[in-house]
Amino acid sequence: MKTRRLLLLALAAGCCAATGALAQTVKVGVVLPFTGVGAEFGQQVDRGIQMFMKLNPTAFGSYKVEIVKRDSKNPSGAEAKTAVQELITQDRVDILTGFIYSPDAIASASLVTEAKKPMVIMNAGTAWITNLSPMISRVSFSMWHSGFAMGEAAAKIVHAKTAVVGYSDFPPGKDSLDAFKRGFEANGGKVIDAIPMGGPGQVPDFTPFFQRAKDKKPDVFFVFVPAGDHAVGVVRTYGALGMRQAGIKLIGQGDITQDIKLQSMGDDAVGLITVHHYNADLDNPANKRLVAAWKQEYGASATPDFMGVQGYDGMAAIAHVVTTLKGRVDAEGAMQALKGWKFDASPRGPIMIDPVTRDIVMNEYLSELVKVGGRLVQKNIGVIRAVKDMCKELKEGRCK
Amino acid sequence: MDLISTLLGGLASGMVLFIVSVGLSVTMGLMGFVNLAHGGFAMLGGYAIVLSMRHWGLSFPAALALGFAAVAALSVVLERALYARLYRASELDQVLFTIGLVFVMIATVTLAVGPESQRVLLPAWLDGQTDLGFLRYRSYSLALIACGTLLMLALWLGFERTRIGARIRAAVDNRRMAESLGVDVGRLFTFTFALGSGLAAVGGGLGAEILGLDPQYPLRYLAYFLIVVAVGGLGRVTGVFFAALLIGVLDFVLKVEFPKGGTMFIYALTLAFLLARPQGMFGKRGA
Repeated sequence: MKTRRLLLLALAAGCCAATGALAQTVKVGVVLPFTGVGAEFGQQVDRGIQMFMKLNPTAFGSYKVEIVKRDSKNPSGAEAKTAVQELITQDRVDILTGFIYSPDAIASASLVTEAKKPMVIMNAGTAWITNLSPMISRVSFSMWHSGFAMGEAAAKIVHAKTAVVGYSDFPPGKDSLDAFKRGFEANGGKVIDAIPMGGPGQVPDFTPFFQRAKDKKPDVFFVFVPAGDHAVGVVRTYGALGMRQAGIKLIGQGDITQDIKLQSMGDDAVGLITVHHYNADLDNPANKRLVAAWKQEYGASATPDFMGVQGYDGMAAIAHVVTTLKGRVDAEGAMQALKGWKFDASPRGPIMIDPVTRDIVMNEYLSELVKVGGRLVQKNIGVIRAVKDMCKELKEGRCK
Repeated sequence: MDLISTLLGGLASGMVLFIVSVGLSVTMGLMGFVNLAHGGFAMLGGYAIVLSMRHWGLSFPAALALGFAAVAALSVVLERALYARLYRASELDQVLFTIGLVFVMIATVTLAVGPESQRVLLPAWLDGQTDLGFLRYRSYSLALIACGTLLMLALWLGFERTRIGARIRAAVDNRRMAESLGVDVGRLFTFTFALGSGLAAVGGGLGAEILGLDPQYPLRYLAYFLIVVAVGGLGRVTGVFFAALLIGVLDFVLKVEFPKGGTMFIYALTLAFLLARPQGMFGKRGA
């Protein structure tokens, strides 16, 4: 045994001498819900990560990447925290990423501060998360990016005077409500009612909440629910209660027109107006390449959605950190590298990390759902460029 | 508030609660067996209905019939093989066994079908709105109300006017007396168990449009099914019917009027109701 190990050592030394230096391995801990209610989202982000590695094989230079995956299961934050703890203490990862649900990121923030590990958020959208730790940077979005933009667009483009807001009762839902209200009322609109509609963990029966919204007779009904099955339920209920015939327009953030769920929404969704930072119908070369490669890998009916692209861009950010720091990742160095980082080859158009807030700066696209050849397609009808997180920009509430 | 729309919405969800819970009430009344896996049968039925429509192209009514038959048959197998062993066990054992069965069902469905929620492909005549003359309302909700009412009438007639119904009523009221008069309560129970599980399956399929359908379904609605049975009284078809409607409507109205605390009120009201009438709405005192 001993001689064999010696032999191996010698062999290893020999090969290193030959290449000049040992290729550094960087360990990336990925915390995503691979089971439970968010399993589909976990899969999207995970595929986004894989696609980045596949389409950009040289992005990490000579450094090796080892990805360690952990399941964050329920959206409560507790499981994610345990996963992060294990990744830091047992697997000794260099950088943490993933985080679908805001509670997951919120619960993990104090751990990464203590352990001095950089954390790159690939989804969790509660605005003030980036203020919880100087080790956190976000490549996804804050609810304020699209929420504020939607409020503005509802008043200026849709010409609505009154709005009812329905939201899932958890931090990003309340963020969306505040962001929309601020953007809408700053442009002359009035929010006449705000309805909490159950939690994010399970899809509630939306009928009573939509009934209440219908009774208030607003011009627009702005809805924030988590992407996925919630969104399908929203559109179905909107159609079933005849709210369109009652003259109430359904608007929302792109969460409710998530690409992977789009085709299952049916004709009730036609005419839906959303604002978001990505949809699979965006017309740019990087996106066309990603969509084509995605369909080739995962099947013709598969499609990337905004979460997949966030996984993709998150990996681009991590590659930038690793190459800038020459494989020796520390939290401070990582944040320095990310501040002001620009990435023009993102499928969602040019993005940048705000040097002040470590949060993303990106375009927001206004789109309308139309039916083309039997398929639902997001027709892009406007773009607002280089949008920052308005919550931190306006120093609202907990974003101070 | 649009009173009639709200009332119709509440009645529709109440009907779903009734169809799912009625079997639970009768089997609990008959054997005193606490079957927490009852919602699991509803879920399995829902999946059978949704998947048979999607993959075999069955029509909605045909799929409902298939779901009823498949789950009723499965429940007989489970009843004979597993449940029968626990009739004389303590309530804690029964609860542990049936909740364990729920977890097995959840894991099986997640593994076989996946964690995402399923949608029923409603036929065109149930989709959209129906003009009632004085208002337009969701066709599906109206159909649910009609279905629930017809089912209630059928069950009521079956219980009150047929021999087997009389036997079930007798066994619920006084099992020993019924047995000594020659009623085979064991076989009666297997029959009621199959009927109740089959109805739960139909409820799972009919209610999927409103309650949703995913592997977590049996746990999510367990409390509601139990509330309906507790308020309606054990072994009482009419009691369960009115309790389900009351809870469906109250829950709906409270969610419309006080969305911030809607779910909390229903638990508080149930607590208050059971303190005043522990035997349920129509149950006899001291039974």
